[in-house]
Amino acid sequence: MILVYCELKDGSIRKPSLEALSEARLLADSNGLQVGALFVGAACAGAEAAAQYGADAILQVQAPSLAAYSSDGYAQAIADAVRAKGATVLLAAATATGKDVLPRVAARLEAGYAADVTGLALAEGKLTCVRPVYAGKAFATSAFHSPVQVATTRPNVFTATPSPRAGVVEQLAAPTGGFLAVVKEILAKGGAKLDLTEANVIVSGGRGLKDGANFQILEALAEALGGVVGASRAAVDAGWGIPHSMQVGQTGKVVSPTLYIACGISGAIQHVAGMSGSKVVVAINKDPDAPIFKLASYGIVGDLFEVVPELTKAALALGIGK
Amino acid sequence: MKILVALKQVPDTETKIKVAPDGCSLDLGDVKWITSPYDEYALEEALRLKESREAEVTAVAVGGDRAKAVLQSALALGVQNAVLLKSEHTDDPTAIARTLAAFAKDQAFDLILLGNKGFGGDNACVGPMLAELLGLAQANVVTRLELVDAGFRAEREGDAGTEVLEGTLPAVITAQRGLNEPRYANLKGIMAAKKKTIAEVEAGAQASLVTVQALELPPTRPEGRKLEGDPAAQAAALLGLLRDEAKVL
Repeated sequence: MILVYCELKDGSIRKPSLEALSEARLLADSNGLQVGALFVGAACAGAEAAAQYGADAILQVQAPSLAAYSSDGYAQAIADAVRAKGATVLLAAATATGKDVLPRVAARLEAGYAADVTGLALAEGKLTCVRPVYAGKAFATSAFHSPVQVATTRPNVFTATPSPRAGVVEQLAAPTGGFLAVVKEILAKGGAKLDLTEANVIVSGGRGLKDGANFQILEALAEALGGVVGASRAAVDAGWGIPHSMQVGQTGKVVSPTLYIACGISGAIQHVAGMSGSKVVVAINKDPDAPIFKLASYGIVGDLFEVVPELTKAALALGIGK
Repeated sequence: MKILVALKQVPDTETKIKVAPDGCSLDLGDVKWITSPYDEYALEEALRLKESREAEVTAVAVGGDRAKAVLQSALALGVQNAVLLKSEHTDDPTAIARTLAAFAKDQAFDLILLGNKGFGGDNACVGPMLAELLGLAQANVVTRLELVDAGFRAEREGDAGTEVLEGTLPAVITAQRGLNEPRYANLKGIMAAKKKTIAEVEAGAQASLVTVQALELPPTRPEGRKLEGDPAAQAAALLGLLRDEAKVL
């Protein structure tokens, strides 16, 4: 069985989890395997939707002690489920939670682990993966050499495709509690509502923005396109009050949106490392020789303070992002 | 209080990556080596605890002779002990985590600090793996750390916002940018570090559970199209192309 640890948010399965589930379905189909969607929590309302995305079985580990996230508690629950079902492959989305808990599960199961994979293949029980290394400056093809194989899938790379299956619900035994570290509180996000790593559209600003307050115009465009705002290291380091959580680049987030609009960003190697996985790149910069134009599908040499508001106006007029 | 800080030597972030002739590893020719930037936040946090709680700080690195440079820098900043776990086998994160766990398990560290990720394999997993192997609490990608009673309170970057978590000590904490502002070494520290010794321990072989079979550079993108006209015309042309040609809107 291929097991996919899925995350729920407000009663719906998170999109990156559906992407992992769809990829698991493809791997299972070509190997004659079953797919189990695994849910952990105090309650798992909404889990049944996994059947629409290829889950033969919907496995639930439910207990009051799992109401708040605990890396060691959830790792125990997930590892126990892998053992109980005899799964040989465990996947999850490379979200903050996925990347927190799956390495722990892998260590617990003496399993090989690969993070943020962008490609997977399974043949004769052996998993191979493609994944960005050196912050996206290179890609590695790696092979597993362990009975259980654990990987997280990079959001926005695999496609969530409906593929209805039985989705038989089964309850699994929960760990007894006494966890070592537990989340007590979640402080709401100040900036972008959607994490940069999951966004389909990112409008990013660099030193050319000249001031933190000017990011307003990027916010307006992002909103019109249904996207979120990012920043280069230069903008974050400039002391404009742009939080590091918005930084795209080698020492920030590595992103792979469908559309990346770089505004006033020169295209330093450290920034490019974080966004070169974007499907389509647009560069807006007044310097025609800026290196960012080398990887932009579409370039506009011009003043971003004139071009960006025009883009927002046009996008709103066309009703894009609705 | 005993603190362990695990440091990784990584290529400088400005390094242009080239593939070695073997087709599966990095060409080390032009690489300038540094301490992983995230490990610097971990080290700074340890140094602050050394000052506020008279902690004894041990810096450890896994690698060959080259990795001594990161330990030398740590000594210059004020850690009391430095240990090189000698191993040429530094590609698989599970092997690294097991090497660190084998070193740490009998030494009763109260806190193990490291960066939330290195630069290289980019698996960002050694901290959580180490925590599991040692049976300890973890706080991963931490931007704020407070020691309270017999435990800790930490803030970390979660999916829905900042997660505030509480846990027991000993614990493994992985540092994120924002945790603190790392200091620089002064001349006195650098000179004093030269008189200190780096202990060397044979790490022993650990099996690789994942191995790299091929390393490739990302495909180069074809030169794009520059859009002409006044800003309004450029904006209209761009949206048209994004919708009809690139089909991303």
